[in-house]
Amino acid sequence: MQTFRYSQARSVEGAVRSSGTFLAGGTTLVDLMKLDVLQPNAVVDINPLPLAQVEALPGGGLRIGAMVRNSDLANHATVREQYAVLSEALLSGASPQLRNMATTGGNLLQKTRCYYYRDTNYACNKRQPGSGCSAIDGYNRIHAVLGGSADCVATHPSDMAVAMMALEATVHTQGAQGQRAIALDQFYLVPGMTPDKENVLLPGELITHVTLPALAAGTRSHYLKLRDRAQYEFALASAAVVVRVSGRRIERVRIALGGVGTKPWRSAEAERALEGRDATTENFRRAADAAMADAKPLRYNGFKIELAKRALVRTLETTTQTA
Amino acid sequence: MGTPGNSIIGAAVSRIDGPAKVSGKAQYALDHPLDNVAYGVGVASTVGNARIASIDTSTAERMPGVLAILHHGNTEPLFRPAEQLEHSRAGEIRPPFEDDQVYYYGQFVALVVANTFEQAKDAASRVQIHYDVSKPAVLLSDAPPPQGPPRIHYSRGDADQAFESAPVKIDETYVIPVETHNPMEMHATIAAWDRDKLTLYATTQGVVNYQKVLSEVLGTPLENVNVISPFCGSGFGGKLFPWPQSMLAALAAKRVHRPVAVQVPRSLMFTTVGHRPLTQQRMRLGATEDGKLVAIQHDVVQPTSMVDVYVEGCTGVTTMLYDCANLTANQQLVRLNIGTPTPMRGPGIVPGLFPLESAMDELAIQLKMDPIELRLKNYAEQDESYSPPRPWSSKHLRECYQTGVERFGWSKRNPQVGSMRSGNEILGWGMASSTWHAGRGSATVRVRLNADGTARASCATQDIGTGTYTIFAQVVSQKTGIPLDKIQVVLGDSSLPNGPTSGGSTTTATVLPAIARATEAAINSVLDAATRTPGSPFFAQEGATAPKLAMANGRVHIADQPPASGVPFEQILTTRRIAALDGEARTSPDPADEHKVSSHSFGAQFMEVAWDPGIARLRVTRALTVIDAGSIINKKAGTNQILGAVVMGIGMAMLEETIYDPRNAKPLNNNFADYLVATNADVPELECVFVEYPDYHLNEYGARGIGEIGLAGVAPALINAIHHATGVRVRRLPFRVEDVLGAEKATVI
Ligand SMILES: Cc1cc2nc3c(=O)[nH]c(=O)nc-3n(C[C@H](O)[C@H](O)[C@H](O)COP(=O)(O)OP(=O)(O)OC[C@H]3O[C@@H](n4cnc5c(N)ncnc54)[C@H](O)[C@@H]3O)c2cc1C
Repeated sequence: MQTFRYSQARSVEGAVRSSGTFLAGGTTLVDLMKLDVLQPNAVVDINPLPLAQVEALPGGGLRIGAMVRNSDLANHATVREQYAVLSEALLSGASPQLRNMATTGGNLLQKTRCYYYRDTNYACNKRQPGSGCSAIDGYNRIHAVLGGSADCVATHPSDMAVAMMALEATVHTQGAQGQRAIALDQFYLVPGMTPDKENVLLPGELITHVTLPALAAGTRSHYLKLRDRAQYEFALASAAVVVRVSGRRIERVRIALGGVGTKPWRSAEAERALEGRDATTENFRRAADAAMADAKPLRYNGFKIELAKRALVRTLETTTQTA
Repeated sequence: MGTPGNSIIGAAVSRIDGPAKVSGKAQYALDHPLDNVAYGVGVASTVGNARIASIDTSTAERMPGVLAILHHGNTEPLFRPAEQLEHSRAGEIRPPFEDDQVYYYGQFVALVVANTFEQAKDAASRVQIHYDVSKPAVLLSDAPPPQGPPRIHYSRGDADQAFESAPVKIDETYVIPVETHNPMEMHATIAAWDRDKLTLYATTQGVVNYQKVLSEVLGTPLENVNVISPFCGSGFGGKLFPWPQSMLAALAAKRVHRPVAVQVPRSLMFTTVGHRPLTQQRMRLGATEDGKLVAIQHDVVQPTSMVDVYVEGCTGVTTMLYDCANLTANQQLVRLNIGTPTPMRGPGIVPGLFPLESAMDELAIQLKMDPIELRLKNYAEQDESYSPPRPWSSKHLRECYQTGVERFGWSKRNPQVGSMRSGNEILGWGMASSTWHAGRGSATVRVRLNADGTARASCATQDIGTGTYTIFAQVVSQKTGIPLDKIQVVLGDSSLPNGPTSGGSTTTATVLPAIARATEAAINSVLDAATRTPGSPFFAQEGATAPKLAMANGRVHIADQPPASGVPFEQILTTRRIAALDGEARTSPDPADEHKVSSHSFGAQFMEVAWDPGIARLRVTRALTVIDAGSIINKKAGTNQILGAVVMGIGMAMLEETIYDPRNAKPLNNNFADYLVATNADVPELECVFVEYPDYHLNEYGARGIGEIGLAGVAPALINAIHHATGVRVRRLPFRVEDVLGAEKATVI
């Protein structure tokens, strides 16, 4: 681990001015510092900032502070009642100990679990631009089938972000240039030729909170995560669905997939294939095919295509079945 | 606390070391509070096959707190352990820093010693090593084919011919990947020299062997080395033998004239301190139409390291489990640039049973026969692996099957694949036999009866978390009637009377008779004192014959009168004004007995999986284990051993696999997040039943060992259950979702 300066932020403005790497729960940052993957010169602890509130927005919807812990958010009454998909996604992630530390902002910005990114002895374009990708010809069972490039196929592993994609969340930031509101859908970048660039945040820009829009009455949501073991493992494939049905007709649906994409994967194709149609397994299957139509398997992860489809079909079934 | 006396043997006794463990008082290797400890952090190779061209320590040496940097270029070579010549064994015969070659990824190539752990770690990352790298042999296909005669060869009858002409055949190849021991407490040693005397605080399954190996590699007289290991945060076989970090700690402590602590980090647990080797096993079964086995052929290929030979004896179990006149077994070794394998819980038998019990299931399906019926049809009434066959010392496998059938509800099993449902899920039921060879070695135990009414038992064996402390106390309590809370047990110190390594499920059978004899000797001393001490109520006046005495409930009394009529034993000692009386005994198996019978534990394991085909999700939902292991000395510890082993078996079947990168021999999943072991959520309610038939062949308590057998049949039983649910036969562990999606399974072997 490289020696670094440590300081505590006293205010949001101070944090933004500090030009250090933000330390929230530390479950990604400290882990990767110990592996020498991240080597910040200065670490700014943002735990003192007053960003740990979950509040109802006046016009409906929810405002979630960047420092709200994953466990607190998952167990928040409003989240459990109105945004089940988010609560379920959070509770499916990591372990209770990690969730007690992990924060909303940190979770959005967590790094990939790619073996080769995490070991400085390997070439990795995300860690060291231009050095090459060790995963493409390596053991790529856990890697992405959607959104990859010749330079990077690492998945974005967050469960929470997948649920937030389906909830059409907005990320609110404060930077040197002032405040911004960025639709989560516009927040992440696919790797292309610059896999080190993972999102649209500018240097020093701080996530202050995330907002969720209100959901129309009768909306149901669900998160399903599939993996080798029952707990404490990243997704091989997951699906988040937020849907409103009237009669058998799907009025509105938002769909995101996890574990398969280089970013939390919102599927407009699948949404289009369903809206205005009946909630039937055949239609779900067609939507799942649409979601995965552009998938490009690597040597060892071809199974994820089918697994993701099944996760989506099941999640659609669960959220549309009449009680 | 159990009541003293006979009933304490076989009771469900809480472990006497439990309070120390849960309150944090138990001292594991690095917990020993030594003054002035320096820390050693290893620099491990990041390539699999190379010559070290140069080591540049100039930056690291100048870093704060750095005391020394040891490597092959500046360190007197250690001696090799004498191994077979002296019955000692190191994890790897090549001592660290012996030469400038890198034989595997994760090999120690230098050790940085500094005032603090952090300083040592920091400096270790600045040691520059330049390698002349060669391509490592990582996959079985990288290794030259095995040369020369097989390492293991066994034959009876004419198996080639019998298989050839058998009307029903199974011929399949099964693969078990490398599995890595992951005890909570990683390997660690503190070495402290006091002039020419060395004390090692270690975590080990064998203090006596550890002492011997360290004295050998250092060229130091045995009595100058002492190994202390009062607690062990589990070993699973990985801590049977000392590994390089122990030797490096001793070397470094000598160099810096301070105690040095060296711990193996979790990442190096995957490379540097053993693992269960990969095995590729071809199993051929030939049978008649009505299910009688006529031929078994078991051929194994197994990698060992470039520096040592480790043979995972997979075929032994095949030669004894079933009645079959014609049988061959062969095991070949190849060499890879991977560290030296070592025993892991159930070595040989656990990997050997997977192909055998899978193939038996495949045969039953082909014969349209119930898998238990097939096993009963081929029930071995004697151990045919010997010529002439030997009778079993005690075998109740039939009853294990029967008990399992009843408790599991096996008669409700519809053999049709995918036919059993629970809600939206398809259930699969599978079973397998399990076995483990029972053995017993030599042990010396000392028991002391103290004038304050307490007792103390000591032995240079150790409790690796299995309950050995408690068993010592139970026997002393049974013999003397002293309650458990007044009995101190001291283990894990090589200066105590020689005791066994905790391995092979032999500790209990080995130490029981020695504890019993030593306790009796101590009691006899007290009884003797009772008749010879003026002031004792049993003092025999000159000329009078001493009364016949006994000890029970902690009291010395006239043998044919009740204990209450006597006096507390400590009264005899205080009357004589002595502190204590000792008894010591060494017991060994009777060599005359050894070849008469064959002694094994047996069991039957029944598993249920639930399969949700819509999302290809498979989970274990029931697990029943029925065990015939002789008498169970402590029900609680015994059950715990079995259930813990079943959890490990769920990992073996469904999750565990060390994945190597063929490019550089690195295990890619060398951490607790990526190497999957079963979590609580993966483990259903587990059930364990003992059919208790004492086996007096091994000892007067009738106990065999139970540390390993609980794991033996789990993987095949689960894989058989998976087939029953899904119709998919998994011949390469672990099960993966790819298996039921019909997708290519990542197979890096
Ligand atoms: C063993 C293990 C298993 C895991 N399993 C899962 C899983 O199954 N599913 C899953 O979704 N996740 C999983 N995780 C990841 C975990 O969810 C993340 O590590 C966690 O959410 C990160 O949050 P944190 O607050 O600890 O972030 P930190 O480590 O503090 O920060 C992460 C990154 O975000 C930056 N950052 C933090 N807060 C802000 C902010 N407000 N503004 C700008 N930048 C910020 C930091 O500078 C850093 O770069 C796992 C992690 C581990 C270690």
